[in-house]
Amino acid sequence: MVCKSWYEIERWCRRKVFVGNCYAVSPKMVIRRFPEFRSIELKGKPHFADFNLIRLKRMVVTDESLELIAKSFKNFKVLVLSSCEGFSTDGLAVIAASCKNLKELDLRDCEVDDLSAHWLSHFPETYTSLVSLNISCLGSDEASFSALERLVGRCTNLKTLQLNRAVPLDKIANILRHAPQLVEFGTGTYTADVRPDVYSDLAGVFSSCKELKSLSGFWDVVPDYLPAIYPVCSKLTSLNLSYATIQSPDLIKLVSHCPNLQRLLVLDYIEDSGLEVLASSCKDLQELRVFPSDPFGAEPNVSLTEQGLVAVSLGCPKLQSVLYFCRRMSNEALVTIARNRPNFTRFRLCIIEPKTADYLTLEPLDVGFGAIVQYCKDLKRLSLSGLLTDRVFEYIGTYAKKLEMLSVAFAGDSDLGLHHVLSGCESLRKLEIRDCPFGDKALLANAAKLETMRSLWMSSCAVSFAACKLLGQKMPRLNVEVIDERGPPDSRPENCPVDKLYIYRSIAGPRFDMPPFVWTMDEDSGLRL
Amino acid sequence: IKEQEETEAKAIQIGSKDRSKKRVEASCFVSMEVGRKMANMLGTDHDLNFKETELCLGLPGGIAVVAAGNETESSSSPKTNGKRGFSETVDLKLNLQSKESTMDLNKNLDDNGSKEKSGSAKDPAKPPAKAQVVGWPPVRSYRKNIMANQKNSSEESGNSGAALVKVSMDGAPYLRKVDLKMYKSYQELSDALAKMFSSFTMGNYGPQGMIDFMNESKLMDLLNSSDYVPSYEDKDGDWMLVGDVPWQ
Repeated sequence: MVCKSWYEIERWCRRKVFVGNCYAVSPKMVIRRFPEFRSIELKGKPHFADFNLIRLKRMVVTDESLELIAKSFKNFKVLVLSSCEGFSTDGLAVIAASCKNLKELDLRDCEVDDLSAHWLSHFPETYTSLVSLNISCLGSDEASFSALERLVGRCTNLKTLQLNRAVPLDKIANILRHAPQLVEFGTGTYTADVRPDVYSDLAGVFSSCKELKSLSGFWDVVPDYLPAIYPVCSKLTSLNLSYATIQSPDLIKLVSHCPNLQRLLVLDYIEDSGLEVLASSCKDLQELRVFPSDPFGAEPNVSLTEQGLVAVSLGCPKLQSVLYFCRRMSNEALVTIARNRPNFTRFRLCIIEPKTADYLTLEPLDVGFGAIVQYCKDLKRLSLSGLLTDRVFEYIGTYAKKLEMLSVAFAGDSDLGLHHVLSGCESLRKLEIRDCPFGDKALLANAAKLETMRSLWMSSCAVSFAACKLLGQKMPRLNVEVIDERGPPDSRPENCPVDKLYIYRSIAGPRFDMPPFVWTMDEDSGLRL
Repeated sequence: IKEQEETEAKAIQIGSKDRSKKRVEASCFVSMEVGRKMANMLGTDHDLNFKETELCLGLPGGIAVVAAGNETESSSSPKTNGKRGFSETVDLKLNLQSKESTMDLNKNLDDNGSKEKSGSAKDPAKPPAKAQVVGWPPVRSYRKNIMANQKNSSEESGNSGAALVKVSMDGAPYLRKVDLKMYKSYQELSDALAKMFSSFTMGNYGPQGMIDFMNESKLMDLLNSSDYVPSYEDKDGDWMLVGDVPWQ
């Protein structure tokens, strides 16, 4: 029991609240506990899904909710919707019209019903407080460029502006001219007929952006226009080229101009050769994400292998966060990477074909990932792939003591695998598993562990309905939700595996807003249908 | 043999999709899959015992269907008690491409199709030509089909012409496209899809009680019956019931 005075002080002083799972606690409870908060961050669906600040992640947000926010919070300052859906540009129009003090509107990775680009015109002419605007997810066919230009022109404090693909290249120069103070900029489509006047206009305008540190966008890149950004490259710390479908030579040229890069997102067009150049040019690199250009192709379309990752792990001493999609891997490479870079905090490797073995020895990749967890003592996040047996989970349970999030797919042989993780990983908060032969035994044996975690997701595994019911019965502080589109789980034998299982701790009790194919296992050991 | 297995597999793989018709970045495959466990197919292909994870499905006639085309497995796996709700789901992954890209994409699709059929026996060390695994690799919807998007980029300003969706059916020799803008309701789309694949005619129920949906009337029954519910996978990999989101 915490000291009561501290409890009270905390209560009245807390300004920022983070709710990692919106169903773990109820709004009433939050308000009662922290009546004076000004900023709230809420996360909804799992990952495999301030009165002044609201951050919502993976939640369904309707236009009505946006209206409610707009009307209820007069001094509303920051709205960040991350991977949300369910709202349209109509809702945005209400926010724009009502929130006179809005500083930040960030719609990163949302799915928005794009009814009209004219929502931008709803920002009144008197409105000048915008500091950050991210509308890169919008698809608007008809973009209201003049409204955008005027908005940018009168908001002299604008630091972050991320446009959407609909904004053509020749409009960017005008927009940038109004905002030379930008620190982060996301272009729209980066393609146009090659014209010297458009090019020099663009290059000139980029040169005048002395504060620019981060660039993104670059849909549909025409390589001829890339040099226009060279004037700002030496100051760039973050570059997102993950939509840029340009080939390795152009990527190499670009990356060679950016010695201060700390964060790079890029497609696998960069290839091993490009990553080698990156390793020698960008010694400050901290985060690298390499996305697949052709994730569903059966054959590799680019020459990107484990070698690229080995090169950056060797050449970039500050590299700590990696997301890497490739088609082959070896234990040898993973061990080398682990030895080179023990400072990894996030290591996510996706070998595209499930259950791919070490391409040199045809063995499972247990030893390779084992090395990662053994050498990288501060590893907080790990995603596994390739051919893996229960062995790898033994390594993880033994060594990954700081691991907070683990993603597993198509791996393991038996319940022992899951048991190693649940019993060994002391810091584990989020575990997501798909298509693994993990069943009832490990889950039930480690039921108490689940209360120490935020959530567990298991889909296409071997957990029976009976086990789910038992868990629901015995663990009142856990919400055990069975997600199954085949119909009510009690219409099948009890030992039948459930399709998807989502377990999370909660002090708010079971929720009641589930869609029809989600069932809560509760203490009554019956179903709430 | 592989071809036969895949035909019997009856997978209609369906993937997610895009709610906003105008979303230019999003694109993903369309393949239709009767919601069997994808893991089953992978399990069979890779020779691993996934018995425990096999679905207990009952089809009309009460015969359980298990691993794709593998008779020994299906004879020994657990059977359902016959009662079921949404026993199989038909899901659509929507793929929005402009008209001009049709040629390129059809070429891609044909290539994919033929890869699946010619299958695997070439290189034993290599996994057999895979069926599309749902939600794998874990890329968000707007990152799928970057290559196809590249071809489209010059045509695409989003509002031209059709909202085209690729539809593929395992075992079918080619894929089709439908223009979403032609339909005013999910029912109309269902009917159109049924007609579209009606040219693949085969027998009725096969010996193992597996539905042969290549037959038009059977497909119509499938699409119209309450046993089958259309759903789609959203960008988080969650399966969403069709009809929740208004057609518009």
